[in-house]
Order: sequence, then structure tokens, then C-alpha cells
Amino acid sequence: MDLTLLMYLIPSLIMFCCGVYGFITRKNMIAILISLELMLNAVDINFVVFNRFLFPGEMEGMFFSLFAIAIAAAETALVIAIIINVFRMAKNIDIRELTKMKF
Amino acid sequence: MDFSYSYLVLVLPLITFLFLGLMGTRLSRKTAGVIGTAMMGVAAVIAYSVALEYFFGADQGQIVDGIRQQIIAWDLTWLEFTENLVIKVGFLLDPISAMMLIVITTVSFLVHLYSLGYMQDHEHKYEKGLQRYYAFLSLFTLSMLGLVVAPNIFQMYIFWELVGVSSYLLIGFYYTLPAAVSASKKAFIVTRFADLGFLIGILLLSFYTQTFDFITLTSNPTAAIATAGGATFMGCSVMAWALTLIFMGGAGKSAMFPLHIWLPDAMEGPTPVSALIHAATMVVAGVFLVARLFPLYCLEEGTMTVITVIGAFTAFYAAAVACVQSDIKRVLAFSTISQIAFMITSLGVARPELHEGVGYMASMFHLFTHAMFKALLFLCAGAIIHAVHSNEMSAMGGLRKYMPICNIAFLIGCLAIAGIPPFAGFFSKDEILVAAFEQNTFWGIWMMLVAGMTAFYMFRLYYKIFWWNNPDYGHHTPHDAPMTMSLPLIILSLVSIVAGLIPFGEFVSWNRADYHIHLNMTVAVSSVAVAVVAILLATKLYLKENSAPAKMANAFKGLWTAAYHRFYMDELYQFITHKIIFERVSRPLAWFDRQIVDGSLNGLANIANSASYAIRKLQSGSIQSYVYVYLIGALLLAAVTVICLI
Repeated sequence: MDLTLLMYLIPSLIMFCCGVYGFITRKNMIAILISLELMLNAVDINFVVFNRFLFPGEMEGMFFSLFAIAIAAAETALVIAIIINVFRMAKNIDIRELTKMKF
Repeated sequence: MDFSYSYLVLVLPLITFLFLGLMGTRLSRKTAGVIGTAMMGVAAVIAYSVALEYFFGADQGQIVDGIRQQIIAWDLTWLEFTENLVIKVGFLLDPISAMMLIVITTVSFLVHLYSLGYMQDHEHKYEKGLQRYYAFLSLFTLSMLGLVVAPNIFQMYIFWELVGVSSYLLIGFYYTLPAAVSASKKAFIVTRFADLGFLIGILLLSFYTQTFDFITLTSNPTAAIATAGGATFMGCSVMAWALTLIFMGGAGKSAMFPLHIWLPDAMEGPTPVSALIHAATMVVAGVFLVARLFPLYCLEEGTMTVITVIGAFTAFYAAAVACVQSDIKRVLAFSTISQIAFMITSLGVARPELHEGVGYMASMFHLFTHAMFKALLFLCAGAIIHAVHSNEMSAMGGLRKYMPICNIAFLIGCLAIAGIPPFAGFFSKDEILVAAFEQNTFWGIWMMLVAGMTAFYMFRLYYKIFWWNNPDYGHHTPHDAPMTMSLPLIILSLVSIVAGLIPFGEFVSWNRADYHIHLNMTVAVSSVAVAVVAILLATKLYLKENSAPAKMANAFKGLWTAAYHRFYMDELYQFITHKIIFERVSRPLAWFDRQIVDGSLNGLANIANSASYAIRKLQSGSIQSYVYVYLIGALLLAAVTVICLI
């Protein structure tokens, strides 16, 4: 059985929707971060798949996802650091409780 | 020598005021008093030398062709707005200002001296910070001196207001005593209201004449009056209005009916203050003002009539009230109003063509003598209050045995004010009566009647204090005051005896020429007769305790009660201000301001407020909800796009 474009895109879409759902509904900041990564990875998959199926001779999509993965790793490290600091300050990482800098 | 050193007269009290005002709390009560008194003494010496140099000194151009000249000792430009509108500060020496220099510094110095005794060992339970007292006294002396030497009407106005402020401060000196606080506010508001008229008068006068300068105004009064060019307002010439409004300011300070209501209440202040401000100096500011502008006033017949009528009525009214008051300071306050009214009336009836303008001279003469004997009476009253710790006559009686010095001093003061020769008041009051008779027999008889009432109520006061009965003072026997207090009494008594013999007309007259006082025997004899009859009546009624006064009071109960309540003038003011102005005018205006003016703006603010409250949720700060909304929006757009494409 040949793998078609759609067979890649549908899991990617499901991943993305899970990410969006998680981003909107989760209270825990780490869960939100995970959801964010999920969305990012879904997009990465799309890049790779489109590159592979539509422009088989080119490599730009691949490289782009490599870049995105590297940046996502750095971003994750940064966000985790922020979360740790927030926890130290507020003893809490519930996004709805963190209203200290509001207004 | 010239008069340039005269600036010291103003600078010394200013320095004292600043020094005691800023540093006073670091000094002891006694040091502050001594410094204040010493500085005042120096200022008095300088003022005397200026005045005596002016009157008697070798010719510095003071007298030219038998006319005393008006000398500007110094004149500094203070504010220069335009070529015409220049405000200067200067020092004008002429007979009346030199005379006032003497009066003010004498009384002020003696009051300072007296206060050393009165305020020091009479620690009032409401008193806070005696050092302030001397600072305020200096401020008052400064402003009064600045007022009388002002060479232009603007400087006079500035010092005029300063006088009002220092009077306010001193009346409210016992600021923990509610009565003193309300009295000081009353005095300030009433005189300030009158000063509104004064200010409008100044503006009118200087707008038409293009000058503030007294010498320019008075040296050619006809031209000054003519500058208005016959402009009229409500049937009177603008100049008459201007002068009447200026007189309104004077009437406020001089406590003329109907602006007199503040003066009796001002007696809440310390008694030496009453002597200085509310008897001898400040209250004659109005008289001085009219005298200063006399050449202008005497060209406006209508204004002069207003002045005469107000003066004559006030004199009678105040004398009538004084006859029934029971608080000794109130009696003296009303007697002051009455005597000031004498001076005002005398100016009102003065005409250059009548007997060489005797009214003007008489008014200034009475101002001089009155300052002395009224200060004496007030200081005596202070000593009495000091001794018996009450203002009420009912707490006194028979004091002649305990306080001999005070008794004699008070008697001299009473004889002087009653107009018994050879005491000071006789000569000046006699001249006033002469002036009144010259103008109109009606005013002459009227004023003579008031003079009789003066003699009656003063001796009623005297007998009630020093004779009447012998209440039991217990172990707290009253005694004569200490020397610092008795000395001013003795000095003022001597002055009150001899001041009338000064040939006053040689120094002060309306055209500043020599004026020889010659007693008009008819007037003199009849006025003395009236005074003696009044004194005998008072003796009959009040020498020994008896029930006749009470019976008389019952017989004329309505009249007596009305007079005791000062003919309900305060109640009338209360009614007008509270019931009419506050209730009928201010309250609707306040309602309009709050509900309509503020309300419309508040309404706008409320609309903005509730609108922002409603849309506040849009900007929640919660990223998750933003994403949610964004997602829905994106999906909707996608749906729309899809539908459109299909």
C-alpha cells in the first residue's frame, strides 16, 4: 500500500487540533507548553511531507523543520526556566491564578 | 536733615514681626515680650522724631506761606505695568499722617508695655503661644503705620487689608475658644465685604483720574472730579459713586452702621488688643481715609450728606445700645462706635467755607484725644477684668477701695469722654458740636444729645464698676495691677488730661494752614451742661445699689430688651445671610452647580465608565481566551471562504 499525502496530513491535523485544544483548555503551564510543542511538531510534519511529496528534488522544507526543531528546543528551555521562576515566586503554575502582573 | 530715615519706622516693626514670627517659639514668653516692646519703643522714638521734626523742625520746606506742605520722604516704584499704571511704595508726611504716627506709636508702645504685665501673669486658659501675640502686634503696627503714611491709594489699600488680617489674627488669638474664632471670622468677613466697595471705588476713581497719587488727587480736586466728564450712573455722577464706595470701605473698618456688627464681637480678643486695634487705631482708619480724600469729598455734596447721616445715626444708635449693655468691654465697644461716628459726622458736616473748615480739624482732634482716652479706658477695663476675672458688671462693684489707681484713671477717662473741661474730650467734642451747628442746627442738637448719652452710659459704667454695691470677693481680693500695667494707665491719664490743651488747629486743618481754635461759649456751656446733667442722672441711678434702674428697665421693657439685643441687628444679619442668602440664593445655586453643571460632566464620566466596564472582558489578559477567540474567528473566515468559493 502506498502512503499518500493525505495519510500524513490527517494525523498531523489531529495532532494540531489536540495541541490547540490543549492550549486553550489546560491550566497547568507545563501542559500548555506540551500542547504548544504538539502544534509545532504538527507543522513540522507538514513541512517535511509537503517537501517530500510536492518537490521531491528540493531540501528546503527539511531544513526548515530542522531549524524549527532547534528553535523549539531553545524555546522550551527558555519557557521551562520562566515556569520555574514563576513557581518560585508564586508557588503555583496554574495559569489562571497568575494575575499578579495584571492591571 | 531730611526725612529719609523715616523708613525705619516701617522696617523695625517688620523685622520684629519676622523675627518673633519665625523664631518666637525658641524664645521664652518673657524674652519675646521684652524684644517686641523694646523694638516698638525704638520705632516709637523714631516716629516721634519724624513727626516732631515735621511739625517743629527747622524749615525743610515744611511750611511755605503759612501752609504746611505735603512731603514725600521717599517713594519707590514697586510695580510698573504701563506708563500710567505705576504702583509705588512711599512715605507721605503731612499733618494728619504725622499726627497718626504719634497716635499709633504711642498707643502701640503703651499697649506692648501693658501686655508685658497683662499677658504674662494672666495666662489665659485658651492661650497658646504668647510669642505669636507680639509678632501679630508688630504686624499690626507695621500695617497701620504703612496705611497712614501711604502716598498713594493703592499702598493704602494694601496696608488696609494687612490691618484687616492682623486684626483677624489678634481677635482670634485665643483660637481654642470658639467665640473668639467666630468673632475673628465675623470681623474679617464684614470688613472684607466693605473693602469690596473700597476696591471698586479705587478702581473707578483711578480709572477716571489716571492716578493713585493722593497729592495729585487732592491738590486739584476740581480737576480730578471733572475728569469723570459728567459720566453718571443711576442718577449720580460716577465720582460720587466712587467716593461713596470708598467711604463704604472706611465705614466697614470704622464700624459704621450697618457694618458695625463685627466690632462688639471683636472684644473676644485679648483686652490690650481691643485697646490698640478696636478702640484707638484701626477703627479710625475709615475716618483717616475720608480725611485724606477730604478735598474730593467736600466737592460731592451728596456723598457728604450720606457720610453725615450715617455718622449721626450710628452715633445715636451705638450710644443707645451702650446704655444697657452689661459686659464692660461691650459698653466700651459701643462707645467706640459712637465716638468714631462723631468723627465721621464731623467730617460729613465740614465745609471749607464754614468756619474755615472746622469740622475737619475737629474730627482729627477728636481722633487724637479719643485714641488716648479710649485706650486708657480699655486698658483700665483690662486691669479690672484681670482683677475680678469677669467681663460682667454684675461681678464688679465697689472696686474703688481695692484698685485706687485704676479708679482714678478710669474716672479721668470717663470725664474726658463725657466732655468735661479741662479734660481732652471736651475740646475736641466741643469743636465737633460747633461744626455740626455751623452746618445745621438739627445735627448740632442731635450730636449734643448723643454727647449727653455718652456721659450717661460712661458714668453708668463707672459707678457700676467702682461704686454700686460691695460684693463679697472672698479671699480673692482684687488689687491694683502690677507696674507694667499701671504705668501705661498713668501715662495715658496724664495725656488725657492735657491733650485737649494742645493748640491742635495750628498743626492740623483742612487746608493745612494755621487755624486758631476759639471756643464757642454758647456751644461749650450748653454741651457741658448736658454732660453734667447726664452725669448727675447716672449718679442718682447708679451710685448706690438700688432698684430704680431695674424698675426703669421694666417700665420700658420692650425698648430695654431691644437695646440690650442691639436692636436685633445681629439677628437681622443672621436672618438675611442664613434665611435669605444661604437658603434662597446659595442653596438653589449650589443645587444647580451640583446637579446640572457637575451632573452633566459626571454623567459623561459615568457613560464612559459603564461602557468601559461592559467591554472590559475583551481585554482579559488571558492568552488562552485570545487564542480561543482567534481560533473561532479563523474558522469562521475559513468557513466563509469555503462557502464563497463553492
